Amino acid sequence: MELLIFYPLAGFCVLMALGVIISGNPINSAISLIAMMLGLAGVFVIQQAHFLAILQVIVYAGAIMVLFMFVIMLLNLKAAEEDTWSIRPQNTYVSILTGFLALGALYKIACVIGQAELDSPAAVPDDFGTVERVGTTLFTDFVLPFEVASILLLAAMVGAVVLAKNKID
Amino acid sequence: MDGFVPLNHYLLLSATLFVIGVLGVLLRRNVIVVFMSIEIMLNAVNISLIAFDHYLNNSDGQVFSFMVMCVAAAEVSVGLAIIISMFRNKPTVNLDEFNILKW
Repeated sequence: MELLIFYPLAGFCVLMALGVIISGNPINSAISLIAMMLGLAGVFVIQQAHFLAILQVIVYAGAIMVLFMFVIMLLNLKAAEEDTWSIRPQNTYVSILTGFLALGALYKIACVIGQAELDSPAAVPDDFGTVERVGTTLFTDFVLPFEVASILLLAAMVGAVVLAKNKID
Repeated sequence: MDGFVPLNHYLLLSATLFVIGVLGVLLRRNVIVVFMSIEIMLNAVNISLIAFDHYLNNSDGQVFSFMVMCVAAAEVSVGLAIIISMFRNKPTVNLDEFNILKW
């Protein structure tokens, strides 16, 4: 049953990720990315990480993608001709080279993953991935990283406001 | 237990998405699309973290992917602010045009 849901979801995610990097219009890329993130939230639900699935929908598909859409529409980007893959002639060679490199790396990773010998997984209790369990870990073992993350977000907020201000004196 | 998805398949999905993100960063010249490819890579890592977490029946990986989401949010807000301020100086989003720091 899980497999029946997992494979279409995984294929959907990969297709949408390809759509992000293939489509010429940034708006289409952003919408593909939103679809990919919702698909990944489904993958998280299959893994019983319900809290993370909700966070994925709220933070990624909600907040971050709204920011992306906002900037794309603010800059009024079109499917511009300036985004061709070879503005400079050497870019073409670099693109071909990186394409082969990345595909080779993927092949190698797939071989390694395919040969990995895995034990049978640990039994997963009912409360896996609930807010209670993740929150308990977050606020006991990882209190310091949590507080540092809050400082990071505050710094990012102030930095974004300062950077995007009209005039930098 | 035969209906469960093996760990291998999650790792393969994660690797595939990560490679797609790398390809996007290396091939595209649009700043916004490059940023989106970075988001794809961060998401791919989240899949691995949660898959191992599920496999080991642990909660640490979920906390780590929570931290990854925090870093992604911070990175996107600052990065888009930088893009906007660069766009003000030079109205383009092509990465090849931003060569002011290069000599």
